[in-house]
Amino acid sequence: MLHIYCPYCAETREEEEFRPKGEAHIARPAEPEATSDEDWGDYLFFRKNPRGLHHELWYHAAGCRKFFNITRDTVSYKILETYKVGQKPSVVAGQSADKGAAK
Amino acid sequence: MSQTNRLDNGGRIDRSRPLRFTFNGQSYQGFAGDTLASALLANGVDVVGRSFKYSRARGIVAAGAEEPNAVVQLGATEAGQVPNVRATQQALYGGLVAASTSGWPSVDKDLMSVVGSVGGRFMPPGFYYKTFMSPASMWPKYEKYIRKAAGLGRVPKENDPDIYDHINRHCDVLVIGAGPAGLAAALAAGRSGARVILCDEQEEMGGSLLDSRELIDGRAASAWVASVLAELSKMPEVLLLPRTTANGYHDHNFVTLHERRTEHLADLAPSVNGRRQVRARMHRVRAGEVILATGTHERPLVFSNNDVPGNLVAGAVSTYVRRYAVAPGRRLVLATSNDHAYRAALDWHEAGREVVAIVDAREHPDGDLVSEARARNIRIITGSGVIEARGTKRVSAALVARIDIGGFRVTGRIETLTCDTIASSGGYSPVVHLAAHTGVRPEWRDDILGFVPGKVPGMTPVGGVHGKGALADALADGAAAGAAAAQRTGFQVEVPALPKVAKVREGKAAALYQVPHVKPAMRAPKQFVDPQNDVTAAGIELATREGFESIEHVKRYTGMGFGTDQGKLGNINGMAIAARCLKQSIPETGTTVFRPNYTPITFGAIAGRHCREFFDPRRYTALHAWHVEHGAKFEEVGQWMRPWYFPRGNESMHEAVQRECRAVRESVGILDASTLGKIEIQGKDAREFLNRLYTNAWTKLDIGKCRYGLMCKDDGMVMDDGVTACLGENHFHMTTTTGGAAAVLDWMELWHQTEWPELEVYFNSVTDHWAAMAINGPNARKLLAELTDDIDLSRDNFKFMDMREGTVAGVPARVYRISFTGELSYEINVQANHAMHVWKALFEKGEKYGLTPYGTETMHVLRAEKGFIIVGQETDGSMTPEDLGMQWCVGYKKPFSWIGRRALTRPDTKRDDRKQLVGLKPLDPKLVLDEGAQIVLEKEIRIPMPMVGHVTSSYYSPNLGHSFALAVVKGGAKRIGQTVYLPMADGKVHAAEIVSPVFYDAEGARQNV
Repeated sequence: MLHIYCPYCAETREEEEFRPKGEAHIARPAEPEATSDEDWGDYLFFRKNPRGLHHELWYHAAGCRKFFNITRDTVSYKILETYKVGQKPSVVAGQSADKGAAK
Repeated sequence: MSQTNRLDNGGRIDRSRPLRFTFNGQSYQGFAGDTLASALLANGVDVVGRSFKYSRARGIVAAGAEEPNAVVQLGATEAGQVPNVRATQQALYGGLVAASTSGWPSVDKDLMSVVGSVGGRFMPPGFYYKTFMSPASMWPKYEKYIRKAAGLGRVPKENDPDIYDHINRHCDVLVIGAGPAGLAAALAAGRSGARVILCDEQEEMGGSLLDSRELIDGRAASAWVASVLAELSKMPEVLLLPRTTANGYHDHNFVTLHERRTEHLADLAPSVNGRRQVRARMHRVRAGEVILATGTHERPLVFSNNDVPGNLVAGAVSTYVRRYAVAPGRRLVLATSNDHAYRAALDWHEAGREVVAIVDAREHPDGDLVSEARARNIRIITGSGVIEARGTKRVSAALVARIDIGGFRVTGRIETLTCDTIASSGGYSPVVHLAAHTGVRPEWRDDILGFVPGKVPGMTPVGGVHGKGALADALADGAAAGAAAAQRTGFQVEVPALPKVAKVREGKAAALYQVPHVKPAMRAPKQFVDPQNDVTAAGIELATREGFESIEHVKRYTGMGFGTDQGKLGNINGMAIAARCLKQSIPETGTTVFRPNYTPITFGAIAGRHCREFFDPRRYTALHAWHVEHGAKFEEVGQWMRPWYFPRGNESMHEAVQRECRAVRESVGILDASTLGKIEIQGKDAREFLNRLYTNAWTKLDIGKCRYGLMCKDDGMVMDDGVTACLGENHFHMTTTTGGAAAVLDWMELWHQTEWPELEVYFNSVTDHWAAMAINGPNARKLLAELTDDIDLSRDNFKFMDMREGTVAGVPARVYRISFTGELSYEINVQANHAMHVWKALFEKGEKYGLTPYGTETMHVLRAEKGFIIVGQETDGSMTPEDLGMQWCVGYKKPFSWIGRRALTRPDTKRDDRKQLVGLKPLDPKLVLDEGAQIVLEKEIRIPMPMVGHVTSSYYSPNLGHSFALAVVKGGAKRIGQTVYLPMADGKVHAAEIVSPVFYDAEGARQNV
């Protein structure tokens, strides 16, 4: 069971309080009507499933009700950072997995 | 015959407290401090079970969690039955009743012995699959008897009356295992003031120190254990948990500990002062640091007939002699590949029993223990192995010969040693199971001939589990790790001074995983690797020959490490044998994955208090007591308990629903609608948010008006619906489906927080704050008029889809003129704690109209008559608004591309052969179609044939005078008037006409009065 640092509550809490919401940073195309069917299909249905570093959207459902992002290693389950919606990850694929604020 | 094998002196048992117990129907006596296993051995019970596949007699092999054979069914009462208990881990208590799990119908004579002896040579790996799997139809019959004979335990037939608790804990340092390393670690960490939990699976803490020959500070090791425990128990931040197994090691140092509080006392938890004690606790521990001090399991040697009762691992012999004062035989042969096992011979010798010989695989053993054995004139046969045991229900002799380990062959003549006990040791396998739970693979170390835990963040292995098993090493290792762990969690402490321990010099061990026989393994008498699953060396060899090269495949093919054993005793030997057959190293062969739980755990302990009424919380409306009092039958809707129907007298459900339906259409009925989800929406951008969230337009909704809204996901599929009212320019009250309330609130937060944070809007759930009562029917206005004097109910001043605030029955209320029945209808919302007052006032005034309470079933019939959908019944996540015929609710011209809009123009959502909502009128007007029934276009049934849709809702309507249904049918909108067919499982084929889904009052005249 993961131990997750909520960047809004500024506390590490049990996974039971949270819900995973899939890949993070899936932006809705700004002009849906001008988006091709294929691109819209990609936005709706296609998600990454990487072995290793993954940016994920989580929801503090039984806590502050805020959505936030987690950079997590899908092999070791190590959480490398958590950050607020609208922020960019500081740990990205290609970097050393140990870098970054491992809260 | 009583306790023939009990020694006169020594041991940690209490001879002044004899305890009677029953095993396989026979009564025996043991002492307080015994385990069931030590008591059975004391009584000379050799055979404790029959083997899984070959039905061979089996005896006790080990003294701890790794015991493969003495797996018993425990329980004096039916309710107290517990399967798969290891006799080696079960403390003896007076009145204990146990029976062999395996060996039906008895351990001495059983059906499987026929199969085992006849089929023995013909039972290679995969035997059951190859033999019994065809014909497939017979498998259930075979399986029943195979399972019974194999001995997989049985569950109690009565409810377990015991109580189990879950406890969440946080600590700085969790120490798993209270042997020398674990105790030293806990002491060091505890002295820092850190919160420490020390758990150990045994009855007493101390681990190997409880039967150690060594002295600590010049005293018996057990005295040092007592002094450490005394110090730890005085520390306020230290929690000692004996009888507690760390069963699962999960991510981020989350460890589940299974504490058995009463299982050493009685069959069921005893009561104290009239209160039943908690039988077991599951501690859910989040630890800052974990110290893994789980020690090792000794490997038995693999030789022919090494499963005959009287074969034990060497360390178990020492444990039984020294800790329990039981010498489980008279004449011992010790077979070993290492020095450490010599303890068994020395302990046996000190107990006054005969050591026939020590058979050492090494040419030149020379450690301190070897010297001590020589000094006692114990015969040591070097460079040799026990290649075969003789005997069936008890060892009668050991066949010994010189062996060449590297060449894997017997090189000398065979000597027969008469004996009744063979202790063997092939080395010590670190107990890496817990560390492996985290997904980190163990790593092989040639110097200790074993796998050690891989690197787990926040975990430190100490002592034997990473090759530091010698007493002085274990103490130093534990103390250093305990102090370091405390320091990492923010506590200052020095490494405590170490107690004085004499160094015992041990020679290098030999790598011996299978003893060669004069015959090849395939022809030699069986050499057991995993006795619990009856996996032999020959079976593993055959598996590798048949092409199974991955150890995971070998494991699945042979069954090695399956069952409750989970590879504790035999896995390393098995892997080594596979490696030899494949001509590769052990690390190249790999290791298997271990998963929780480490040892079997009862469902009671897993469930804790989350059972019966606490399994899932139930939600009740403020009017629940009234419903109960008036005989309502309830239906679970999500977590809500909703009245389903209100039978009168002996009415059947059908009769009650027909009556309730007529009452609504003819006079007035009332529904408790409190369970609908309710969400407050406020903020200056609330209206814009609704425009983006719903498919229809909200820009022009005036204050005091309501509107029905459809919600789609961005793939264009309907996810929820409900009525939203405008309470103020920046204030809306949304209702959702009962089951969808939480998901819709999450959905709104998701879009607001991640896509449109610039919108100023706030959401809050008010589901429980408001009670809602819907009065429906031609007399609804007259009834409500009697209870309000500040709301103008006239047709023109309070129109359909209006909302008014005022007073009902003297309390503040919001009244919504909305309708889910098609009748004149008011939904009265009041503060939940006023609900009962208002409800009763309505019944007081409503008596003259025959006000009838109705439940969800009548609600369903009435709404279906009107063709109103229920999300989740007519929809399944693949229906667009257009599929539902609800184009009227889609605002294609809204400026913002609302959620779902773009997807509605994708080719797939524009297909005209999508499943569309229609009505069905069965040709037999009395026939109520089955919901879920598949629809086909032709009367003649051919299989396969295209299925074009299915029934979503189906009822009999007293108002229509016939049965009817809603359904989704491919291209259904264009099939109005067609007859379709519904083939049923019983061979009947029903026919129905496709009609409009609106069956009643299509023009809506009844609600506009």
